[in-house]
Amino acid sequence: MLGYIGRRVLATIPVMAVVGLFVFSLLYLSPGDPAAIIAGDQATPEDIERIRASLGLDRPFLVRFGEWAWRILHGDLGISIFTNLPVSTLIGQRVEPTVSLMLVTLVFAIVVAVPLGVLAAWKAGSLIDRLVMGLAVTGFSVPVFVVGYILAYVFALQLGWLPVQGYTPIAQGLWPWLANLILPSVTLGLVYIALIARVTRATMLDVLNQDYVRTARAKGLAQRHVLFVHALKNAAVPIVTVIGIGIALLIGGAVVTETVFAIPGLGRLTVDAILRRDYPVIQGVVLLFSFTYVAVNLAIDLLYTVLDPRIRY
Amino acid sequence: MDRRTFLKTTAALGAAGVASPRLAAPALAQGAKVLRFVPQANLANFDPIWGTQYVVRNAGALVWDMLYGVDSTLTPQRQMVESEEVTDNGLTWTFRLRDGLRFHDGEPVRAADVVPSLTRWMARDPIGGMIKAIQDELTAVDDRTFRWRLKKPFPKLLYALGKTNAPVAFIMPERIAKTDPFTQISEYVGSGPMRFRRDEWVPGARAAFETFKDYKPREEPSSWLAGGKRMLVDRVEWVIMPDTATASAALQNGEVDWWENPIADLVPLLRKNPNVVVDIADPLGNIGSFRMNHLYPPFDNPKIRQAVLVGMNQEDYMRALVGDDDSLWKPLPGFFTPGTALYSEAGGAMIGKGDIKTAQRLLKEAGYKGEKVVCIVAQDQPITKAEGDITADLLKQIGFEVDFVATDWGTTGTRRASKAPPSQGGWNMFHTWHTGADCINPAGYPAVRANGDKAWFGWPNLPAVEAGIAEWFDAADPAAEKAAIDKTNAAACEGAVYAPTGFFLGYQAWRKNVKGIVKGPLNFTWGVSKA
Repeated sequence: MLGYIGRRVLATIPVMAVVGLFVFSLLYLSPGDPAAIIAGDQATPEDIERIRASLGLDRPFLVRFGEWAWRILHGDLGISIFTNLPVSTLIGQRVEPTVSLMLVTLVFAIVVAVPLGVLAAWKAGSLIDRLVMGLAVTGFSVPVFVVGYILAYVFALQLGWLPVQGYTPIAQGLWPWLANLILPSVTLGLVYIALIARVTRATMLDVLNQDYVRTARAKGLAQRHVLFVHALKNAAVPIVTVIGIGIALLIGGAVVTETVFAIPGLGRLTVDAILRRDYPVIQGVVLLFSFTYVAVNLAIDLLYTVLDPRIRY
Repeated sequence: MDRRTFLKTTAALGAAGVASPRLAAPALAQGAKVLRFVPQANLANFDPIWGTQYVVRNAGALVWDMLYGVDSTLTPQRQMVESEEVTDNGLTWTFRLRDGLRFHDGEPVRAADVVPSLTRWMARDPIGGMIKAIQDELTAVDDRTFRWRLKKPFPKLLYALGKTNAPVAFIMPERIAKTDPFTQISEYVGSGPMRFRRDEWVPGARAAFETFKDYKPREEPSSWLAGGKRMLVDRVEWVIMPDTATASAALQNGEVDWWENPIADLVPLLRKNPNVVVDIADPLGNIGSFRMNHLYPPFDNPKIRQAVLVGMNQEDYMRALVGDDDSLWKPLPGFFTPGTALYSEAGGAMIGKGDIKTAQRLLKEAGYKGEKVVCIVAQDQPITKAEGDITADLLKQIGFEVDFVATDWGTTGTRRASKAPPSQGGWNMFHTWHTGADCINPAGYPAVRANGDKAWFGWPNLPAVEAGIAEWFDAADPAAEKAAIDKTNAAACEGAVYAPTGFFLGYQAWRKNVKGIVKGPLNFTWGVSKA
C-alpha cells in the first residue's frame, strides 16, 4: 500500500509538470496584454511598451518559462502583476471561503443524494422513482446562476432568512459562517446531487438484483438494513468514484457560485485574473486546482480498499 | 481513514479557517459608523499613477490629497496649497503649503515630498507631459515652499493640478514618490482624509479605509475635490461585486449602503424599494464612441469616415445603452461634454442623424473598394457590446464588408495598440466610451487629439484639430477658449477624429439612511453620513 501511495505521489510530478507547461503556453499564446490594461485609456503605445518591459513580458518564451518553473520548484508562485502581492498571499486569502463552500456543498449533496438514489432504486418504476429522477434531470438542466438568483430572491429578499452575499469566516461563529454558505451550497449542490443520485440509483439497481440481497431478505432482515448496510456498501465504489470526479464539477461551479453570491474565493480570483491577464495568479490557481484534483482522486483510489476489501494495490 | 483520523483532520481544517485573519471583520469600536460601498470595479491595484483606472483614482482620492482640486464648476481651488504667486511673465510659480499637513505615518508633508510626486505624475499624465516639456526647474525652496519655473507660460497649470481625470496629481511621501512611474508602489501612505487598511485588502473582494484623525480639512464647504473634506463616518468598506443582480439585492437587503453604478435595467426594481434612493451619478455623464483606424483603408479616406458619421444614428446607440428613458441621453453633434462651458456643436450638423442614403452616396463617391472592416467589439463590457451590435448593422446598411471580431476588453486593450495592418492582427474599428469629465476640454482628453503617431489609438493626423487645441492651451480668457474649442470641434467633425455615438448618463443608488451624496465624476465620500 505504501509503495502504491509513493508511486502515485511520484506520478503526480509529471502530471503537474505537464499542467504547468500547458497553462504557461496557453497564456503565452492567448491574446491580451496586462500592460495595456494597467496603462489604461490615457496611455500611449510607448507607455504600454515601457510597462511591458518593466514586467518582463517582452522577454522570450523560454526565458520566462524557465524562470517561472525554477521559482515554482522553490515553492514561489510569483507576484501578482496587478496587486503587487505574492500569489501565495492572494491564494491564502481565498482558500477558506472556497474550501468551506466545497465542504458544505459536498456534505449537503451526499446527505441528500445518496438516500434519494437508494430510495429511487428501491422504488424503481414507481412515482417516487420518477420524481427523484425528474429532480435529477432538473438539477442538471437549470444553470447554476438561475438557481442562485431564485434562492437569493426567495430566502434573502422576500423571507429575509439569509444574507444575499458575502462570506463570514468560521472564526466569527458557526452560524454566521453557515448562514452565508447555505444558499451558495444549495445552488452549487443541485448539479452534484443530480449526478450522485443518478449513479446511486443505477448502481443500487444492479446490486439489489444480486443473490446475496435476496438471501438477506429471505433471512428476514429489515428493509433499511438490507438497503443501507448490505446493498449500499457494495454499491459504494462507483458512487465514491463519481463523488471524486464531481470535484471538478464543484471547482467549475464554484466560479459561478462565488460570483453570484459575492464570495471572495478562489473561483472569483481566477475569473478576475483571467479578465486582467494576471498571468502569475492564473498559473498559481490552475496549478492549485490541478493538484487538488489529483490529490482527491488519489484519496478516492485509496478509499476503495476500505470500501471493498477485495481491492489490493 | 478511521474515525479518529477523520476527526483530527477535520479539527485541523477548522483551525486553518480560524487562522485566516484577512477575511475576518475587524473589531470596531462600539457605535462606529461604517459605510459599505459597492464600487464600479475591482480595486486590483492601488497606485493611482501606475494604474490609471478610475476605480484606483476614486480610492486614491480618499487616501492622497492634492495641491488643488476642482469644484463643481470645474474651477481649481486651493487644497493643500495655502497660497501661490506667479510672476508677471507667467514663467515662475511659487507655492506655499498649508501648515500642519501630515501623512498617515505621522510625518509632516514637505515641499520635498511634492517635487517627486509631481515629477512622477508628469511622466504619466498627458497634460503633465506638456508641462514637463516646458519645465525649466521644479525645486523645493524650504519645507513648505516649492517653485516651478517654466520656459513658456502655461495658463492651465492650476487646472492640471486639480483636475479629476486620471492620473490625478496626488501627493505622496518622497520615499514613495521616487518610485519609477512605470513600477507599482508598495506602500500606501497619503495625507488624505482616510487611511488605507492594507492589512484588510482582499483584491477582488474588499478594501477598507479608516478616517485619519490628524487630517486638517479646509474651512470652506466641500465641493467635489475642493473645500473641506470632512469624514462623517469612521470607516468606509468597499465591497466588490462583479454581479449587478447581487449588488442590487444586497442594496435592497441593507447589506450595503451605496452602489456606484447600477445598470439601467435594474433601476425600476430599485425604485420600487422604499428604502432605496436612485439618482443620476454624474451630471457630466459619458460620451460613447467608436474609433476608426486612420492608418489603413478604408478609413484612411476622410470621405469614408464622413460617410460613417453621417450614416450613424445616435438615437439607436443611446437606446441600446440606456433603454427608453429619454432623460438619460442626448444627441451629441460634437466632441465636448454637453452642459459645460466649452460645449460646441460647430461643424456637427450632419453627425449622428442616421442619413443612410447620404452615407451610401459618400461611400460610393469615395471609391470604396470593398475592403473588410475589422470591427473589434468587447463583449464583456455592456456599453461596448451594445455599441458594437449597432455599428455592425450600420456598416452593413451603408455598404461595408464587415469582419465582426467579438472579444473581451483585455484583448481589445492589446489589439487597439497595434499599428499592424488589419489583416495582420491590426484593426479598423473598436468601441469604447469616455467619461464626460474627461471631455470638458482638451487637457485630459487624449481621444480628441489628432497629432498622428502621438495621437490616441487610430492615430488621426489632422493639423486643424491640433491648431485649435494649441489655441485653447494658450487662451487667456473664456471667450478665447470658447473660440478655440469651436475651431477644434469643427475640424474634428470634418476629419472624423472619432465617431461620437451620443451623450448618456448613469445612475447611482443608496439606502435612505445615507445622506450627503453628491453627483459628480467620482464618489465623493467626504460629507456623506449614515444614520
